[in-house]
Amino acid sequence: MLTYLEAIRQAMEEEMVRDPRVFILGEDVGNYGGAFRVTQGFLEKFGPERIIDTPISETGLIGAAIGASLFGMRPIAELQFIDFIGCGFNQIVNYAAKSRYRWGGGVPIVIRGPAGAGVHGGPFHSQSPESYFMNVPGLKIVVPATPTDAKGLMLAAIRDPDPVIFLEHKFLYRRLKEEVPAGDFTTPIGEARVARAGEDISIITYGAMVHASIEAADLVSAEGVSVEVLDLRTLLPMDRRRILETVKKTGRALIVHEATKTGGPGGEIAAIIGEHAFEHLDAPIVRVAPPDTPVPYSPPLEEHFLPNAAKIADAIRALAEY
Amino acid sequence: MPKKSAALKSRASAPAKSAPPAAKASTAARSEVVKPLAPGKTSKGAPPLDRAEARRLYRQMLLIRRFEERAQQIYVEGKIGGFLHLYIGQEAIACGIMSLLHKDDYFIGAYRDHGYSLARGADPKPLMAELMGRATGISRGKGGSMHFYDIPNGNFGGDGIVGGHIVVAAGMGYAIRLRGSEQCVVCFFGDGAINEGAFHEALNVSSLWDLPVVFVVENNMYGMGTSVERASAVTALHERGAAYNMVHLPCDGMDIVKVRDTFADAFARARKEKKPTFVEVITYRYRGHSMSDPGKYRSKEEVEKWQEKDPIARLGMFLLDHKFATGKELEAIDKDVMVEVDDCIKFSEESPWPPAEYMYEDIYVKTPTLNWRAVEKDPAWERSLPDDRVPVIYPPHVSQGVK
Repeated sequence: MLTYLEAIRQAMEEEMVRDPRVFILGEDVGNYGGAFRVTQGFLEKFGPERIIDTPISETGLIGAAIGASLFGMRPIAELQFIDFIGCGFNQIVNYAAKSRYRWGGGVPIVIRGPAGAGVHGGPFHSQSPESYFMNVPGLKIVVPATPTDAKGLMLAAIRDPDPVIFLEHKFLYRRLKEEVPAGDFTTPIGEARVARAGEDISIITYGAMVHASIEAADLVSAEGVSVEVLDLRTLLPMDRRRILETVKKTGRALIVHEATKTGGPGGEIAAIIGEHAFEHLDAPIVRVAPPDTPVPYSPPLEEHFLPNAAKIADAIRALAEY
Repeated sequence: MPKKSAALKSRASAPAKSAPPAAKASTAARSEVVKPLAPGKTSKGAPPLDRAEARRLYRQMLLIRRFEERAQQIYVEGKIGGFLHLYIGQEAIACGIMSLLHKDDYFIGAYRDHGYSLARGADPKPLMAELMGRATGISRGKGGSMHFYDIPNGNFGGDGIVGGHIVVAAGMGYAIRLRGSEQCVVCFFGDGAINEGAFHEALNVSSLWDLPVVFVVENNMYGMGTSVERASAVTALHERGAAYNMVHLPCDGMDIVKVRDTFADAFARARKEKKPTFVEVITYRYRGHSMSDPGKYRSKEEVEKWQEKDPIARLGMFLLDHKFATGKELEAIDKDVMVEVDDCIKFSEESPWPPAEYMYEDIYVKTPTLNWRAVEKDPAWERSLPDDRVPVIYPPHVSQGVK
């Protein structure tokens, strides 16, 4: 049994044993074991050449990862909180994402860090930045929802020839535990999975909201509504085929995410459905997402902000009745 | 250059990283051009601490300490959520600096920000209420520990993104220059922040454009778990000011008298000469980086060694030596402070949680274009007020000469 956090740790550890090109750089990843202790024990095992404590310099550490990757290394850059990714924005959207396009230079790096709310982190430590990067061709964005996918996607991300932003949900770190296959396996980037099968309504979601959606689906199943939950796992490139498959099956689409609504991934998903499955729809596409506000600190406000099973269940009922 | 304190000596004995010879030579050459402490008309130090001011500062430092000790307790009890970074050990810096700021001056700081607000004289009740996420909190429960703001008192608050606010301080300084007033800006940040590009960009323009900003790096020896020696190629951090042709100097942050002397000069330089200063204040945080930090990267002995230099005990000795207070009076001050902190917690616990509509407020001045009414069916949005509580930030005519 591994927690979500342990699964990420195991993936990186196993791959570092297998592949000497892999190294980790980040703030306090060595001595301290990482802000959330994801790299605990790595310094002892792999030494300071491969587990690099950087100064607090996100531009520097992301840029250095890019540079090393151009010479064949496979760096993993850790951010203490994914909110700090803004400090390295140029390195990511201009260098990492466009090197291959400009001159053929692949940038096989993983940029990983804790995202998401639910731990009262307040406006600068709770954000879901996936949408900022979805509009950047050349990047890949993965968001595991389970320990198994956390491991499988991490292994896939490290081996991927292109830059991958790996969003870990900090709320799930120690709250999820499951049997994770031992040894080497990958979860293919770009493939969604049906997390819960159903007939009447499709929920398309990812990350921590997969669990809230399954909980909501369980709530309404007693009322006779059968809900399918599609866990996207990868946001860029998005698995259009599976999105369309489930929507064509059920005829009703509900999109759930933790990023705020306007400009969030839900708009893209809705557009895919609208463009390619309009005639299969029996009801309007519905989104459940936080309103367009920063993430508030105070627990009751944060609760009001975040989607949860009850809010999703309400949306399911309304959609079922349409 | 001020006499090196014991704190500075102990720091100097830390293993210094060897720099390439060329870099060393160029630093030395610069230092000759830019004297570490420019002597002259503005180098006078602070007025001596009189009885009332010394006692006031003693109480204020104790208030920060007791406030945070209690915050730590109730965090463990689950009454504070999220992340909590304590200033304990560094109190002399905020208190010494704020004691010299004029009413219309500004400051902006990093995430270890409780001490700044308390030292600036904010009512501690809304601060504790903010930690506890209540509607009466100084940021109405929306920010928490790292987001204490008190704009009418020139407090531009904490910032949870390391180094992000340093460039903002330069902009504030530029606005003051345009106003032509004699105000100044203090910008606090930690030793970890000076490795962010933003630090270098801010110092460069502040020097280039002659901005009245005093940059304060509180060198508490560790950026989270990484020691200064492991993070900065230059361990005497103030020397980085030389690269920007800026007056730069170290200061003993465990001694409030020395803090005041150093910063009185820096503020005079900002106000009269419109020149920035970069001060490295040598200090130490007694507690971990945050509440989840077991502190395995440093020894118990090291922490104890620094606690022997405790800034509050030091000011207490000063009060006793100058017969400004008796031991009994100091104890009475402490008791009084503890009662005040208990009142803060009581006030916070009795305060309501913020209503949901607070979440929708303060995002824009007005939000009609969002047309949320049409898309969101949230009654809390219907109840939210137009965001017209834009704080008034001392217009120039008010700011002139106000103290």
